[in-house]
Amino acid sequence: MQSLILTTATRLLVALLLVFSIYALLRGHNLPGGGFIGGLIGATGFILYVIATSVSDARSALRADPANIAMLGVGIAAFSGIMGAFAGDAFLTGQWLFLFAAEGEKGLPLSSVLVFDVGVYLAVFGGILTLVFAMEEEI
Amino acid sequence: MSWILVNPILIPLVTAVLAYLFRTSPAGRWISVAGTVVLLFASLIMMGEVLEHGVIAGQMSNWQAPFGITLVADYLGGVMVVITAITAMATVIYTLAEIPERLERLGFHALLQVLVAAVCGAFLTGDLFNLYVWFEVMLISSFGLLVLGGSKEQLDGGIKYVTLNLVSTIMFLSGIGLLYGITGTLNMADLHLAVREVENTGLLTTIAVMFMVAFGVKAALFPLFFWLPASYHTPPVAVSAIFAGLLTKVGVYALIRSFTLIFDQDVAFTHTILLWLAVATMVTGVLGAAAMNDFRRILSFHIISQIGYMVLGLALFTPLGLVGAVFYLVHHIIVKANLFFVAGVAKRIGGSTDLSRLGGLYAHAPVLAFLFLIPAFSLAGFPPLSGFWAKYVVVKAALDLEMWFVAGVSLAVGLLTIYSMTKIWGAAFWPKHPDGIKPRLGDLPAGERVALMAPIVGLAVLTCIIGLFPEPFVHFAETSAEQLLDPTAYVTTVLGVQP
Amino acid sequence: MELLLALTIGVLMASSVYLMLDRNVIRFLFGLILLSNAANLVIFLSGRLTAGAPPLIDEGAYAPTGVVANALPQALVLTAIVIGFGLLAFTLALVYRTYRSLGTVNSDEMRVAEPVSAPKTTPHPDPAAAPGTPPASDPTLDKTDATTTPTGGEARA
Repeated sequence: MQSLILTTATRLLVALLLVFSIYALLRGHNLPGGGFIGGLIGATGFILYVIATSVSDARSALRADPANIAMLGVGIAAFSGIMGAFAGDAFLTGQWLFLFAAEGEKGLPLSSVLVFDVGVYLAVFGGILTLVFAMEEEI
Repeated sequence: MSWILVNPILIPLVTAVLAYLFRTSPAGRWISVAGTVVLLFASLIMMGEVLEHGVIAGQMSNWQAPFGITLVADYLGGVMVVITAITAMATVIYTLAEIPERLERLGFHALLQVLVAAVCGAFLTGDLFNLYVWFEVMLISSFGLLVLGGSKEQLDGGIKYVTLNLVSTIMFLSGIGLLYGITGTLNMADLHLAVREVENTGLLTTIAVMFMVAFGVKAALFPLFFWLPASYHTPPVAVSAIFAGLLTKVGVYALIRSFTLIFDQDVAFTHTILLWLAVATMVTGVLGAAAMNDFRRILSFHIISQIGYMVLGLALFTPLGLVGAVFYLVHHIIVKANLFFVAGVAKRIGGSTDLSRLGGLYAHAPVLAFLFLIPAFSLAGFPPLSGFWAKYVVVKAALDLEMWFVAGVSLAVGLLTIYSMTKIWGAAFWPKHPDGIKPRLGDLPAGERVALMAPIVGLAVLTCIIGLFPEPFVHFAETSAEQLLDPTAYVTTVLGVQP
Repeated sequence: MELLLALTIGVLMASSVYLMLDRNVIRFLFGLILLSNAANLVIFLSGRLTAGAPPLIDEGAYAPTGVVANALPQALVLTAIVIGFGLLAFTLALVYRTYRSLGTVNSDEMRVAEPVSAPKTTPHPDPAAAPGTPPASDPTLDKTDATTTPTGGEARA
């Protein structure tokens, strides 16, 4: 579809949507949000790009094959589960690392839960885009 | 303990990721082979633990049952995982010679490994909702495998497979919802206790029938089997083989698990339905096979007829009946996958799976003919092969209950099975090839010959071992039947000791 | 409210059954979508409807305070929606691909994998040759299928 308004707006919107998707991913730690919804929002950005330009443009903008991204996401999620093994815990047990922790101050909590969420983010993002690209190319 | 249980799911999943990322290079397929070998070892280690402790259970991420994700392996679940690993290994080796690079580039091995992970997950999970999730993962990867390549036959078969199976999963999901509504739990061990407190037993029986329909579609029971003969002969042979070996058996496993552990309240009603469904399944399957004229389509219909025997064993609901069901389950996976492999080699060297366009296999490939006879006779139930003992136990269980008609039908179905096998023999192996082709195994390149024949030989040897030394296997099946009929050990292992 | 939801489920189920009885695969698919939504509502309803707060635990607390909603059915529904979405999207793609390849969405005409009967002399009309069909992109040329198509062979022989 060729529309000047859409193409111009898309440039801004795609960036905005991608940033917002990362925000939703990180916010999901303590509040509503998370990898799944973040991945969906991120995918929306590229779907908008496909509508404004074309699949081949979107593919080159994405650089990596979306199916690879999705599989990588599954791998990262599986790895976050395996992280429990290093501490001798069961599969998928959350592992926590408190950076700069001090007395009465939690510092910056990093966890395998976040890694899992990043995996989900990539899996959803890649999965949706694989499907949308394939459908768009068929039709 | 929990890692031993996670491994059979995790290993194929990680293999899938690696195989997908390396799908454009030959490394991908070797990763897939290595993954199944590791899986086999992991499953054997798990089986060792099961033999030692009876039932083992693990809670993922340390959330105690019934709140967390429970993985549990008893004798039945354990042996199913081992047999899955064996079938997966045989299939992956077979694909080395059968799957063209075009399909590998589309991610064939990754899909196959995800399928294996999902099947193992379904066998190991101790939670109904997780079972649903594994069913869906299994479905989506099998859809992918079924239509990968996109020939007209595949798409046509795929549509029927996808639509009918989706109806079944939705039915399963509704059943889960209702069961949660009346019991408040979805952990299978907890459900075993919770259903005993339910006052509205009528609703419970209704839910049981919903589960029966849902699993019946998966297992290809009598009026619900139409997706199977429509689709199983369309994909590449290796895919047919692993589908034939494993997918319907997951349905049968789910039936056995749910109708011994959860829905054992109204046996007179539910298991009577199962009994007559099983009889009808046996008969329709074998008659359908008699009407077919294609190697793989005959075999597809035979899956249905054999499913009848397994469900019959469950429906009798006696210790001996369940022994037969478990024994049959294990024996049939090996034999059926092997027959599909043979069909694939016949197609490769003879040019077709259509019986009227095959021939001369006995004259020119006697080794293949011999290797066909072992699983074929085992399927029909000839002593001393594994199928004989499986059929013997099921029929004996029916006779013990004085169900003469049921026993008679199952014996007659055995005879008709021989009829179909002789039909294949008489058309594909015995006469001359109609096009004058001389189907010789020696004409295949050496590497491909090994990859094609090794799984066939391996599975045939396994069939013979089970047939000649049935004692430990029957004993094993007896223990697993005891565990199924008295799930106290299962429940206490999952939930901890009950007050 | 329970009654309203129960009626909604009933209406959804009834319409989905009506749609699924159609020979048109697209309508069958719409029926499936309705059916899966009905199943999701069943789960939601069986978790009982409560007017409660989101089940979030305050910082430092060990359990949520006050009346909170049952989180489990919501998690189940969410999972089921996600899985259903993926499967239905895949099915839609498959139906479209099949339409391109076979030239029909009528399930009665989809007889390629299971030819109606196999008369050895009369050639079976290929459904893909129906008028207005784009040629199938690249059907069956894999290594194994190079010699013959698996079952179409008996019909075309």
